[in-house]
Amino acid sequence: MNTHRKAGGTGNPLTALRAATGDVSDRVRDWWADASPWQRWGIYGLVLLLAIVAPHPIIASFMSPYTDWTSLLFNPIGTYVLLAIGLNIVVGHAGLLDLGFVAFYGIGAYTLAYLGTTVGWAFWPTVIMGVFLAAMSGVILGAPTLRLRGDYLAIVTLGFGEIVRITAVNTKALGGARGITPIPHPPNLFGVEFLLDPLPYYYLILAVIVVAVIFSIRLQRSRVGRAWTAIREDEDAAELMGVPTFRFKLLAFAIGAMVGGLAGTVFASKVIFIAPTNFPFILSATILAAVLLGGAGNLPGVIIGAFLIAWLPERFRGFADYRILVFGAALVLMMALRPQGLLPSRQRSAEIKEGTGGMGSLGAEVPRPDTDPDTAAVEVAR
Amino acid sequence: MFNDLTQQFLPSTIGGLTIGAIYALVALGYTMVYGVLRLINFAHSEIFMIGSYASLFVIISVGVTAPLTGIALLGLLILLIVVSAAVAGGSAILLEVVAYRPLRRRGAPRLAALISAIGASLFLQELFALFIIPDVFGRPGRIDTAVPRIVDRDVLFTIGNAQVRTDQVIVLLAAVIVMILLDQLVARTRIGRGIRATAQDPEAAVLMGVNIDTIVRLTFLLGGAMAGVAGVLYAMEFENLRFNIGFILGIKAFTAAVLGGIGNIRGALLGGIALGLIENWGAIFFGSQWKDVIAFVILVVVLLFRPTGILGESLQKARA
Amino acid sequence: MSRKRMVVTAAMLAGALALTACGGGGSPSGGGGGGETLKIGFMGDLTGENSGIVIPPRNGAKLAIDEYNATNPAVKLQLVEYDSQGSADQAVPLTQQAIQQDKIVGLVGPAFSGESKAVGPILEQAKIPSISASATNPGLAQNGWKYWHRVVANDADQGPGIVDFLVRAAAPKKAYVISDDQEYSVGLADAAFGAFQAKGVQVERDQFAQAASDYSSTVAKVNAFKPDVIVYGGYYSQAGRLLKQLRDAGVTATFASGDGSLDPQIIQGAGAPAAEGAVLACPCNIPFGATTGALADFTARYKAAVKADPAIYSTEGYDAATLFVDAVKAGNTTAEAINTYVSGAKLDGVSKKIAFKPNGEPDVNAIFIYQVKNGALTLLGQSTEAKLG
Repeated sequence: MNTHRKAGGTGNPLTALRAATGDVSDRVRDWWADASPWQRWGIYGLVLLLAIVAPHPIIASFMSPYTDWTSLLFNPIGTYVLLAIGLNIVVGHAGLLDLGFVAFYGIGAYTLAYLGTTVGWAFWPTVIMGVFLAAMSGVILGAPTLRLRGDYLAIVTLGFGEIVRITAVNTKALGGARGITPIPHPPNLFGVEFLLDPLPYYYLILAVIVVAVIFSIRLQRSRVGRAWTAIREDEDAAELMGVPTFRFKLLAFAIGAMVGGLAGTVFASKVIFIAPTNFPFILSATILAAVLLGGAGNLPGVIIGAFLIAWLPERFRGFADYRILVFGAALVLMMALRPQGLLPSRQRSAEIKEGTGGMGSLGAEVPRPDTDPDTAAVEVAR
Repeated sequence: MFNDLTQQFLPSTIGGLTIGAIYALVALGYTMVYGVLRLINFAHSEIFMIGSYASLFVIISVGVTAPLTGIALLGLLILLIVVSAAVAGGSAILLEVVAYRPLRRRGAPRLAALISAIGASLFLQELFALFIIPDVFGRPGRIDTAVPRIVDRDVLFTIGNAQVRTDQVIVLLAAVIVMILLDQLVARTRIGRGIRATAQDPEAAVLMGVNIDTIVRLTFLLGGAMAGVAGVLYAMEFENLRFNIGFILGIKAFTAAVLGGIGNIRGALLGGIALGLIENWGAIFFGSQWKDVIAFVILVVVLLFRPTGILGESLQKARA
Repeated sequence: MSRKRMVVTAAMLAGALALTACGGGGSPSGGGGGGETLKIGFMGDLTGENSGIVIPPRNGAKLAIDEYNATNPAVKLQLVEYDSQGSADQAVPLTQQAIQQDKIVGLVGPAFSGESKAVGPILEQAKIPSISASATNPGLAQNGWKYWHRVVANDADQGPGIVDFLVRAAAPKKAYVISDDQEYSVGLADAAFGAFQAKGVQVERDQFAQAASDYSSTVAKVNAFKPDVIVYGGYYSQAGRLLKQLRDAGVTATFASGDGSLDPQIIQGAGAPAAEGAVLACPCNIPFGATTGALADFTARYKAAVKADPAIYSTEGYDAATLFVDAVKAGNTTAEAINTYVSGAKLDGVSKKIAFKPNGEPDVNAIFIYQVKNGALTLLGQSTEAKLG
């Protein structure tokens, strides 16, 4: 199964390194792809069990010696995972590049905060309203822009993220730069009080993540998911085959925005205080990096990616000064060694080898004698 | 409101032209790389930042203590432009080799290249904040680094109620001259033909004997050099540098490139100037806090009604 | 697949981990030795963009704790630093850690208002007293918090303090208020704008984005309005850039700003000629050029320990930590008892005389006025008495 690697092993040292780093996670991925549904559900159950016991102090002392582990599990770990699941629908499934995903997160959070403090709505209706408004803004943003090419979409979404943030900063009714406080907590749920202890919030976001994961898997296997794959691989071909590409792209945008908005409402329900500084551009870039690092399109990969990106900087706090430096270098290295991410789906790997499935390939690239042989070898051969 | 308009219109216009010229120079790098590679070179903004610090290094090394005039000023400006363009162009080539070439080699999707670009951008910012600014310039890494004044703020002439200063004229003149040179280079020379051919049809270009790697390297060199010139002008005009000055300016410059028609060199000039003016004119009515929103709304509107930008995308189709 | 490649992978991963891990380890200072040791936290932006106004109070607090420990007391204190980078998102888990793992009995900080808003309810619930040396948002005192204190006057006092001083010293007819879009900046500008209106001064305002560097549209607005004084709410980076661009465009009006801009960096940023004469107000007392008395003594001790001159909020950080030291000296060892002591304390501090109102505010709202003279910051005196040089 590794014939093409042997061929590529000589000559370019990067190729050798690339093959070496990819090997372990490819095996994991292959095993996962071949596993029976029962094995998969078993693993999901095991992961869930691990997530449930995660806040235990013994785990905490190793995972986070410098800062409170349970709080971290909620934010950034839980929120990043949820955001990554949402962005994965847009980027991983439909292949659209969104550089302003944080806008939906912000809209969700602001809806909860505003309706909860100023209008005095109850908790659950505000959550539904937050998710609804995020989805609506996804449609409003997507309707005119999704007809644009991928790169234009990227810059327009980036602009949208900034517009939302700047509007919040300059709107007195939304608290301006001061933000909104005090945001009400959720009401008691199954006799559990939501106050300042981070533990109930962690289980709340865990429950939301589980629902989002199930939703995302069901979606991917439906007609909608297949349509997205077709669009991602070749939009023109999909259109010719009768897939209403625009409508499906808009749907991906709206659903991604919904999950982003949901993450925002859950986040705001704990933190008491939000301000525009909670929603900077760099958060959009970080979540995007998490999705691609893990392997866009493959849910376990995306979750692992989001977990690592949220957790590593906090685990190595003593290293604080160099966090972003290392993060930046890691992204470059990662893309050079394994652009498909840690745990990509097989299909995505194949697409990436062909140079499709991510806004198409770079320009100015022509197969030449000095090109790595694996570029040409399509993974389907296995 | 009308009084505001008459009072502020001309001064705001001068300010908009000045910053617009800098947007335009930075936009050139985005536009050229995009034209050839179909890649948003996200780290281009850091090439601009490197260029600005290169010019600060020269100013300190030469030991300018008081503002210059005449031949001395012209000589210093040329020296600054040459050195900064070389440093920034070199950095851009290095960036291409490290962050993009491995991806190009294996035909990775553009999404991967974009992430690599974001990574490179963060890395370069932090490299300056943590090491280069403290170690080379002996200043704290995360706050402004002051640039000694090299041009006096004398009023050269006035138009209506707007005073036009020497420094502003220098920024505009230098930007326009450099851009004309680049335009001619791309339109008339062998190198320029290679760039245009590659942008249009890389496979055919290879068959015609164009060395793609050389062309890509040249594209990064030229785009980087333009950002270097922008860095000189920025350092001279605003006199405060910071490790992250490129971030917002880069987004604006990319917006300008799209506005003018990405891949189009003259479009970048037009887009940059237009963006600078629109921002400042919009600020008269809505307040300066809405500048960025105005810029992005204009971008969306232009893309909706004319998706190829004002002048259309035509690095490929530029006159031979 | 060869085994060799697996080894390469493993080695690379191990290397990467080692590289990342080598920076690990917290940075507690002081403490150790025999007897009981209590922990006092310090929270603020120690490595981020605004660390320039957080490191001096950290140094002040550390000096107070170190001086106390050097007397070999029965109960020693240890200062544990929490680098929130000024972000509420990071401050919350750090606070939980400080309470649950480190079991701090008091907190100097959080340094900024945003993080204070997020962290306040948690400290309140855990009954841990906090004393901020630099959070100046007025709203913080209106939460009914019993464990929260600050040793500086708030922006609602600072804004009018600047305005009162300018009106008295410069008698302006027209004023222009500018800010960037950060919370602190807008708050200060709002307060100044309202105070000018209350004084019957004709006033207009503009605001720009924090990350902007070209202020030409703002400058054009100022030039069209032709004000006599300009008040800028914001931090020194933007203040320096703005002041330079104003003066370059021929604006000669008196430029005034608040504590966020009180840093020598404003002179660097604007250039000495442009910065000359700029007025800066602060609820803080910085011993610039103090030659006699307690301030001179403090300056000497601070210089010996920190190897730098006292800067913004150094004295306030020292006083905040001293309140905790005094509480422990008086035999209080639980957070609750320390809070009771601090809330009722009367300290003849280095910065000023300190006592707290029931809501945690200091009972004197002294605003000090500084001015740039001959390229250096000099203290003119309290806002009620100072005269423009």
